[in-house]
This record gives sequence, structure tokens and C-alpha cells, in this order.
Amino acid sequence: MSEIVAESHGNAENYLTARRGLLSWLFTLDHKRIGVMYLASILAFFLLGGVFALLVRTELISPGRTIMGRDMYNHMFTLHGAVMVFLFIIPGIPAALGNFVLPIMLGAKDVAFPRLNLASLYMFWGGAIFFVLVLVTGGLETGWTFYTPYSTTTGQSSVVAAVVGAFILGFSSIFTAVNFIATVHTMRPAAMGWFKMPLFVWALYATAIIQLLATPVLGITLLLLALERLFGIGFFDPALNGDPILFQHFFWFYSHPAVYIMILPGMGITSEIVSVFSRKHIFGYRFIAYSSIAIALFGFLVWGHHMFVSGQTRLASMIFSALTFSVSIPSAIKVFNWLSTLYKGSISLETPMCYALMFIFLFGIGGLTGLFLGSLSTDVHLTDTYFIVAHFHYTMMGSTVIAFIAGIHYWWPKITGKMYSDAWGKFTALLLFIGFNLTFFPQFVIGSRGMPRRYYDYEKMLPAHPDFHTGHWVSSVGSYLVGAAFLLMAGYLFYSIVAGRPAPRNPFGGAGLEWQTSSPPPVENFTSPPVVGDPYDYSKLRYDPRSNEYVRVA
Amino acid sequence: MQTMNASFVFAAASSGLWAQSGPQPYFWLPDRASTFARDVDWVFNFILYVSLFFFVLIVALMCWFVVRYRRRPERPDAEESPHHNTALELLWSGIPTIIVCLMFYFGFQGYMDMRTPPRDAYEINVIAKKWAWLFKYPNGYVDDKLYVPAAEPVRLVMTSDDVIHSLYIPDFRVKQDLVPGRYTKMWFKAIKPGEYSLFCAEYCGSGHADMLSKVVVLEPAEFAAWLREAGDFLKKLPPEKAGEELHRRRGCAQCHSVDGKAGTGPTLLGIWRETHRMTDGSTAVVDENYIRESILEPGKRIREGFVNQMPTFKGVLSDEEIGYLIAYIKSLGGSAKDESPAP
Repeated sequence: MSEIVAESHGNAENYLTARRGLLSWLFTLDHKRIGVMYLASILAFFLLGGVFALLVRTELISPGRTIMGRDMYNHMFTLHGAVMVFLFIIPGIPAALGNFVLPIMLGAKDVAFPRLNLASLYMFWGGAIFFVLVLVTGGLETGWTFYTPYSTTTGQSSVVAAVVGAFILGFSSIFTAVNFIATVHTMRPAAMGWFKMPLFVWALYATAIIQLLATPVLGITLLLLALERLFGIGFFDPALNGDPILFQHFFWFYSHPAVYIMILPGMGITSEIVSVFSRKHIFGYRFIAYSSIAIALFGFLVWGHHMFVSGQTRLASMIFSALTFSVSIPSAIKVFNWLSTLYKGSISLETPMCYALMFIFLFGIGGLTGLFLGSLSTDVHLTDTYFIVAHFHYTMMGSTVIAFIAGIHYWWPKITGKMYSDAWGKFTALLLFIGFNLTFFPQFVIGSRGMPRRYYDYEKMLPAHPDFHTGHWVSSVGSYLVGAAFLLMAGYLFYSIVAGRPAPRNPFGGAGLEWQTSSPPPVENFTSPPVVGDPYDYSKLRYDPRSNEYVRVA
Repeated sequence: MQTMNASFVFAAASSGLWAQSGPQPYFWLPDRASTFARDVDWVFNFILYVSLFFFVLIVALMCWFVVRYRRRPERPDAEESPHHNTALELLWSGIPTIIVCLMFYFGFQGYMDMRTPPRDAYEINVIAKKWAWLFKYPNGYVDDKLYVPAAEPVRLVMTSDDVIHSLYIPDFRVKQDLVPGRYTKMWFKAIKPGEYSLFCAEYCGSGHADMLSKVVVLEPAEFAAWLREAGDFLKKLPPEKAGEELHRRRGCAQCHSVDGKAGTGPTLLGIWRETHRMTDGSTAVVDENYIRESILEPGKRIREGFVNQMPTFKGVLSDEEIGYLIAYIKSLGGSAKDESPAP
């Protein structure tokens, strides 16, 4: 015991300090540095997308023109969606947190293809440059979904630049996916069988499979869209003998699996955190692992549920509705397993756990409201209203973003080597929870009462629907609380880097391999080979008040 | 269903906020004005109460566990309990499976009704364009409001002239996209006379939020009388008045103001016989031929400072109607010159 403590303090050199200078970062092959660069880039786009979101909400706080005209509004909601989806939430957890912890969780030195990993980051930046180009040239007002023939005919948008950007980002995604799949298959230590892997690794693996198989379809679709726009080759525009519904099929064939790209890693993080902060073995390990794979596979077969009112045939709608309900089962299984993990645990409400529990609450709402949309006759009424907007914000923001934040707080000591203020963390979590529900819950209500989405204004609707104003007003006020919570979070996390107390090796009592190395880890991740065991066995870990960390006892 | 709705917890908690703010009789859903509404609302409420049950269960267990099993100095470790239980896990996979099968079935049943119009349905053609609705009745009359008889099945045969739009009537619980280049169909049976909101639900550009209309449900006898009357109202009016009505009813007003303010398209006030610069550098005089061309081939000559967003009105406006519109634009004034120079 004393030997381990001594080692963790004696190890001064780590991945952050080993080499210095900008070039040592830009040309690094270290998955940890690449993960950190991804994290910084992604958070910058989260800020940008968040500013767009607040502008959208501010415009809607009162009827009539509030701060911008209708065309500007259409640009704002499109850019909010496109930036958040393509530049934040899809790469979010896998490329930033996954890159950092996946190899360490497997006890490996790096990912299988470190150069491909760096290439993926460059591709991300390359794609991002095109999005910045969109911002400074024509903007984008097609909706992030690029529905044809609107997107092929509008004169107000830099559609081609956006499409090229998303195309390049797709390659970034594919590179990361290939890397993770190869890493999981080939770099596990001999003692770690498939069912000894942490569930976050299972989740990243399932995510990587979807990314690898679905992203090429998006690439092809966007390429066809660009060809149609540039050269007038008719694929989707009926004026050129194309079929606009075909675009929707192609688009959702990627973009529906993409929502599982977003949510699966979040579920993985929740599985880790719920277990660690309950000091109890995760309940139903195999069911959780299999359900990730089940979600990944079923996720490919349900895209048509976005199109129940598009004009697709009744038969197609029926099949897609039935398959959609099948995806709800693995998600339900996970929730029940997390609850059972809490049962008889020793539950500590530190910041990561607060966010993990918040995830279960918000994902509960997001998941259950999906049932209204999977069911055919109710979907006809609810689709394209604010009910949908609320539903996917509960799943994407309330679930994925909250899990991402949970993950940041959980691995922050490992990544930065510093501890943040737990009290500020909890306070911010509460603020975010209140703000989030204030923002999005009223949207369910105005949506089910008939308020369509993507509306610049609702003034003319007020005589018949005065309640739309109430809902929008509460929603906008809530969004300011969310904004404030994120600013606060940025504040205390940044402060911890500057003045935080040094992080010990294992501050939260995790049993995964990443907690057996120093915080932050050395360049090679481990100075001596880690001891591989059950990643959810806490019986050998004891809290040591002298060093404020958990240590392994015989 | 009504009592179940009223009893919903959140409704009670926030009734002060919502109840006074809308005419809606239900917390979650708008008025029920078509025969579909009952069925859809039944499925909605079924899913709502099942979801509520599970959500309350999940959150209650979560809170109870967090309080009951919180970490205390005298209780640093978890208690011994199994880490899996196949019977339990199969049970909580199986029960949700049965429940979602029911949800699927109810939703499917309702959807099949919506997609199977009765044979004797009264047919109305719908054309959507940026950013107006045109409803064409069997006698050839066109209006921007949807008039329908109560208690009779009505079938809409719909298409779009430009991009995808979606016709949405919340009180009827119906929605269907209108796709350029093909016809989509929907049907409904309105229950009671009244005026109901009709929205565009698929994003279609600048004027998406202005693409609003009304459904006017009339007693069948009243509807027949209205249609007869409306069918020849144009002939009874002086031409410029008929043009004014057309300007309002066919959606021209969405983009072309008559008060001098430029909208998506140029204003119509004071342009008659004016000479305007075009985007291609040429000039054009606003006369009968230019107006006719701009209605039938809107993209041909575009006034400087504007981007063409207008779809063609070929086949939508008859020659006679174009004549009325010309008379109307003439009545809005313009240059004193009485003839354009000879070409």
C-alpha cells in the first residue's frame, strides 16, 4: 500500500509535461493529447452552438420580432442544429473522452493506429473549417436535415460548403471508429476477455460499429446533394426528375443510427459512474453489454419512423413503427439494471454521480416520450411540432450531454491531474437540472397542443393559441439558467486547472485500469503492467484519508 | 379520457399557469374536432399513463435507494447482493415488450383509419407553394381557406409547387407532407362547425411561420350555399375588386404588399407603367404583358434587389383571373404616362 502511494507521488513526469511546445501537441501520436485536443475543439463548438441556441430562444421569448428578422432566425436554428450535431455531439464522447480513456481502460499504451488517430483529428479540423466558411460566407438556413428540394434550390445558403464539411467530418468519424474496433479486438491484455471489459468500452465498441457502417451512407448522400446543386444532376429534385423522398430515406439511414452514436457512449459512462459511486458491482453486466449491441443493430432498421407523414407507403410505416418499439426494450433494460445497481449500494452523491442520476431521470423522460412518436397515429399529430423538439433535446442534451458532463467530471482528475470543487459541481448540476426542465418541459406541452417547430414567430397564432406564448416564455427563461450553469461550470473547471488541488491516483474508488495509473498518466500510460481484474469489483479498494484516495489492499 | 386528462398531476400543479391561457379543454391536447381525435387521444393517454407509471416508479426507486443506501461513515461499503438475476432480467425485458406491442397495435389501427378514406369522400385539391395554401373545390373555385362540410368525409388530394410543405390541423390530429412532383392524400371527418387552425409543419424557408390558414367547418347545407355563392363571386364584383380578392385569397399578399413596403417580392403600390431595372441589367415597364409574364413565368425577369422565390401560377390562375389582377394593380396607381413607348 505504501509502495503504491509513494509511486503515485514520485511520478512527476506525465503526458502533459513530457514534451512542451505547440508542435509537440500538433504532431503528437499520444491518444491522450489527441483526446485533449478533441475535447478543447469540441467544447469550443459547444459554446458556439450554445450561443446560437440562446439567440433562438431569445427571439422566441416574445411574439413578433424580438432581436432578429425571420431569415436570420432560420440561419440561427439551422446553425445551432448543424454545429451541435456534426461538430459537438457526434464526435463528443467517443473522440474526446473515448480517445483518452479507452486505451488506458484496456491497459494499452495507445490505440491500435496512432497515426490514423491524429489524421482523424486533422479531418475534424478540416471539416470544421468548412463550417466556419459557411458562417462567414452565406450561412445556412436549410435546417440541419438538408431536406431536398429546399436545400438544392435555396439561394440563401452555402449548402455546398456545409455538405463538404459534413462529408469530411464523416471521415474523421470513420477513422476513429476503425481505430477503436481494432484497439478493442487486438490490444486487450491477455487476462481481459470480452466480458471482463468495462461497459464504457462495450458502448464505444457498439458506437464504432454504427459509425463505420452508417457514416459512408451519409457521405454518399451528401455527395449526391452537392452534385445536384452544383451540376443540376437530378437525384432528389422533382424538377430534374429526382425523388425528394429518396433523400429522406438516405439521410435518415445515417441520421437515425447517428442518434445511437450519440446516446450509446452516454449510457456507457452512466454504467461506469453508477457502479463506482454505489461501490457495487454493476447489475446485469451481460444484459447491458448485449443491449448496447442490440441497440446498434436495431438502430439500423428504424429510420423510416422519421417519415410517417412523408408519403411513404402504409406498409413501410407499419414495419418501421414495429421495429422502432423493439429498440425501446434494450434501453429499458439498461435503466432497470442501473436502478438495481443502486439497490443496497453505498451511494455517494459526488458531482459525477449527480449527473449520472440526472441522466437516468432525463433519459427516462426522453425515452418514454419516444413511445408517443413510435406509435403511428400519435406520431401523425406530434411530428414536426415542439413535442419532437422537446423529445430529442431530452435524449440528446438531457441524456448525451449530461452523460458527457458526468464523464468530464469523472475523468477530469485523470485528464488534468487536478481536483475541481465538488460543492460548486453539485450546485451547478442542480441549476442545470432546473434550467433544463424549465426549457424543455413546456415544449412538450405547446407541441402536443399543436405548435409547429422551426417557426420564427407565433404572433399570428396567438388569438387562437395564447398558451404558445406562455410555453415559449418559460422555455426561454429556462434556457438562460442553462447558459448560466454552463458558464459556472466552465469557471470552476478552469479554476481547478489553475489552482486545483493535485488529483490522487484514484479519487473516486474506480476499479477500472485507468485508476491504477497516476493522475495524469505518464506518456506510456503505465509504468508497470496493471493488474487486470473484474472492473466492477470494489471489495479490495479502501479509502485512505491520508492521501484522499482509494488504494488497493490485499 | 376527459376525466383522466384533468386528473394529471402536472396539470393540477400548473393549472394556474396554463388554464387561463388557452381555450383548450385538455391540458396536453387541443380541441377534438374530427372523428380521429378521440382515437388518437385515447392512444396518447394510454401511452401517457403507462409512461407516467414507469417514470414515477423509476424515479421513486432511484430516490429511495439514494436516501436509504447513502454512504455513511459506519456504512462505507455496499451490502452483499447478487449482480445478476436472469429471471428478474427476463421479466423486465418481457413486460415492456408486451406493453409496447399493445402501443404499436393501437397506433397502427388508428393510422390505418387515417390512411383509408371512404369511397364517397368529398374531394378537394390542395396546392401548397411558398408561402400560401390554395384549396380548389370541385366547381373550380379556389380559396386560401379550407371550407369543409361537417360530418361528411373529406379527402384532400395534395401537391406542392416548389418545396416540401406539410398540412397540419391540430384540432383534427391530421398531418401530411405535400411533395412536389407527386400527389399525397389525406382525409378526415370534421365533427362540429367552427374555425380551426391550419399550419404548415414542414420547414419551407423565410415565410414558413406565415404559412397559416384556417379550416372553416360549415353545416352541410351552409357549405353547399357557400360554395355556390363563392363560385361566382368574382363575376359579381367590379374587376379591380375581384383582383383585390384574388390578391388576398391566392396568397399573393404573403409576398407582395400593397402599402409600398417591399416584402419577399416588390410591393404592388404605385408600380403601374413604372420603368424598373431588372437583375440582368435590362429595364422593363410594368404593363399588362409584364404582369402576365411575371405571374406565369416568375423567374424570367426579376426586378433588381430581389431574389426569385415565386413559383409559377400557370394552371392556378385563369386568363380571366389574371385580367382581374391586372385591373387591381392598375387601380393601385403608378406613372402618369398612359402608354409605354413603342418597342
